[in-house]
Amino acid sequence: MSVTTSRPRRRVRLGSTAIVYLALIGVIIVGAVLVATVGRNFFSDGNIRDILTGMSVLGFVAVGQTLVILTGSLDLSVPYVVSLSSLLAAQTMRGDPANIVQGVLLALGVAALIGLGNALIVTKLRVNGFITTLGVGLIIKGYLDTMYKGSAGSVPREFQLIGATGLGPVPVSTIIMLAVATLVFLFLRKTRTGHHIYAVGGSVDVARLSGLHTARPVIVAHVLCSLTAALAGLLLASRLGVGSPTVGSQGGYDLLSIAAVVLGGTVLAGGRGTIWGTIGGVAIFAVLDSVMSVMQVNPFLKDVVRGVVIVAAVAVYTGRALERRRPRFGAKGFDTARSDPGLDAAGATR
Amino acid sequence: MSDRRTPILSATGLTKSFFGVTVLKGVGLELYPGTVHGLVGENGAGKSTLMKIIAGVYLRDEGGLELAGQPVEFGHPLQAMRAGVATVFQEFNLLPERSVAENVFLGREPRSRGLVDNRAMARQTAALLAELGIDFIDPVSRVGSLSVAEQQIVEITKALSFDAKVISMDEPTAALADNEVELLYGIIERLRARGVAILYVSHRLKEIFDLCDTITVLKDGALVSSGPASELSTDELVRRMVGRSISTYFPKALPGTAVGGPVAAVRGGGNQYVTDIDLDLRAGEIVGIAGLQGSGRTELAEAFFGAVPFSRGSYELGGKRMPLRSPRAAVRAGVALITEDRKAQGLALGQSVRDNALLVIRSVFPRRTRAARQSVPGVLSSLEISSRGLDQEVQYLSGGNQQKVVLAKWLATKPRVVILDEPTRGIDVGAKVAVYTLMRELARDGVAILMISSELPEVIGMSDRILVMRDGRLEAELDAGASEESVLAAATGTLTDTHGEAVL
Repeated sequence: MSVTTSRPRRRVRLGSTAIVYLALIGVIIVGAVLVATVGRNFFSDGNIRDILTGMSVLGFVAVGQTLVILTGSLDLSVPYVVSLSSLLAAQTMRGDPANIVQGVLLALGVAALIGLGNALIVTKLRVNGFITTLGVGLIIKGYLDTMYKGSAGSVPREFQLIGATGLGPVPVSTIIMLAVATLVFLFLRKTRTGHHIYAVGGSVDVARLSGLHTARPVIVAHVLCSLTAALAGLLLASRLGVGSPTVGSQGGYDLLSIAAVVLGGTVLAGGRGTIWGTIGGVAIFAVLDSVMSVMQVNPFLKDVVRGVVIVAAVAVYTGRALERRRPRFGAKGFDTARSDPGLDAAGATR
Repeated sequence: MSDRRTPILSATGLTKSFFGVTVLKGVGLELYPGTVHGLVGENGAGKSTLMKIIAGVYLRDEGGLELAGQPVEFGHPLQAMRAGVATVFQEFNLLPERSVAENVFLGREPRSRGLVDNRAMARQTAALLAELGIDFIDPVSRVGSLSVAEQQIVEITKALSFDAKVISMDEPTAALADNEVELLYGIIERLRARGVAILYVSHRLKEIFDLCDTITVLKDGALVSSGPASELSTDELVRRMVGRSISTYFPKALPGTAVGGPVAAVRGGGNQYVTDIDLDLRAGEIVGIAGLQGSGRTELAEAFFGAVPFSRGSYELGGKRMPLRSPRAAVRAGVALITEDRKAQGLALGQSVRDNALLVIRSVFPRRTRAARQSVPGVLSSLEISSRGLDQEVQYLSGGNQQKVVLAKWLATKPRVVILDEPTRGIDVGAKVAVYTLMRELARDGVAILMISSELPEVIGMSDRILVMRDGRLEAELDAGASEESVLAAATGTLTDTHGEAVL
């Protein structure tokens, strides 16, 4: 079978992450031109800082959401975890720097428990992740609405610095967010649990028949997702100086984070996607928001633009996914296969 | 390696029943290192159950299983794999979005200092592939980008990575083209040389005789015979499987069959997958299409059916020019397509036999639903579908019965042109004969039939005219009864005269 021993090099396909960053560059170019038309500089320190600040909160939530979506689940409870952790932190700190560590740990601890709760309902009771987190989110929302009539607690100045300082135009919060994203990237690439998150999301049956504990990756993903949501809540508390029962839901972090993940090329059904794609998706949203704020676009129109971007992005990915067979002949009967061995539909087997 | 006279795996008196129905009755089996053991029988004969007990998917009710003389108990497929008993199932256990190496080492990723060592994983995968003599699969390429044959190699590599002493293969060639089968033969030869015992399940008797040292025949869950392959002839084997001899295997044209005028005619047809198609389908004629996987056979069927329409040339149905733009238009014009992949494209698996049989009628000819509803039970029973009733979900039927439901679904539309893409893939001999008989009956009733098949005996045995496709073109036209060699020569492009009729 000598014919099978040499194969034509496969055509290098643009990865979805590459497409996301190309789209990001496109959005930046268009945005910069639009911003210039109203006499402003897109690349000014102030504007860059605004965009990066805008990325940090959604970035935290979306990084966690990516993990959950990769396993084939979803987390709709994130906005309430965001609000709850901002309140827990602010109330524990009570303006005293000595309580910062306690406040942070309490917020993270409670969030981890919520994540664990989500995960156990999904894996042990076998309730769909969408429904589970919708329910758990409602429970937390009910608690927040009952217990809090408005902002509560206060965070000390020292803690507020996290949300307010930066290295040049780069806010500290964004650096922390990117550091977390890097850790999660390494987690996915370099740990077995990370690999198994893809496996469980790709096919639970295959994962089980390969001897994986199929619940474990889902549990880890849900816990990490709630933790990153808590980090977002802590960051918001640092910016606001207080805890707020509505800061999460006002931000719309549930659907926005899912949108950013999908925009970043992660498949909603799980099993395929990257953290850097998600960060790219978050950046696209941040740039869009910034440009529209500078242009003083009507806030309702903002949502229209966001919506168009999400739908268009998914349409592009879906179109790519459907291209399962490579054409052999062009529209006019031109034989592409014979002129370009890389397009050979029979692949290695000819 | 090991002593070839002591079995590596021996099963005795395996019995298994589901819901009170005994599907395996005291079957014994011995696998020896470095030998290939063929397991044959009709669907429902108990082959799959036997394999799954050995693989640890099912627990046996009675009987014993010994691996290298030690009694073993597999409660989970992984236990079996860890013990060195691996199974390559028809539906691959692979993650299409992950790389070859990640699939091979899933759950056992090599680590250094606690972290997954992706390079070592790729290196070890390449080494395993090299042991099988494979150098054209890149360990880091995505499994989803590989061909079916290559994916199967990945499965075998995965089995090898467990240092398997026994590898069971369930219909490994069902989805392969002939040249890929050669490749699999080579791999099996290498496994045999390594002293691996192979349990080989196939409906293709030629392969059984090509490969196997020993053949075990099952029928209705019981052992019929088990002995050296050299002592069996194909005729005898078929007789043991079904109690029928091979002469009735491919039924001859029925009396009263007359080839009429063209029902469908394509001139210069082509699209992005096929080109230069000149083809007449005549009433009462069975046209067989042979060719390698990827030669454009399925694409041709889809063009006839409007699923991926012809974008060039002319297409006439019943003398009228038809710009077929969709399967719906094709169904209206009297075309039926029995697809290659019945589970994904032919059936709604979670729906009942009745709903599946009425699927096309309901959506395309809603006014005929009432009449069809009354005729469907008759059609189904004439096809001898064995189900617990019309309300049973089709996913619980055997492959052969599922295929009959697909056929019933199309017969209900009373088609003029029937296109069958791999109509007997993965179904048992009895069901195959039923499909062949049905094709002959349709031909007698004046239906034009186009049959695509990877099984050369089937193409040769059933076709009135054989067309061979290669690289998206009709490469050659051969008469009924052409030799396998001439068909293969045309399919692989080794004909001396590539444009005219086949040179024999």
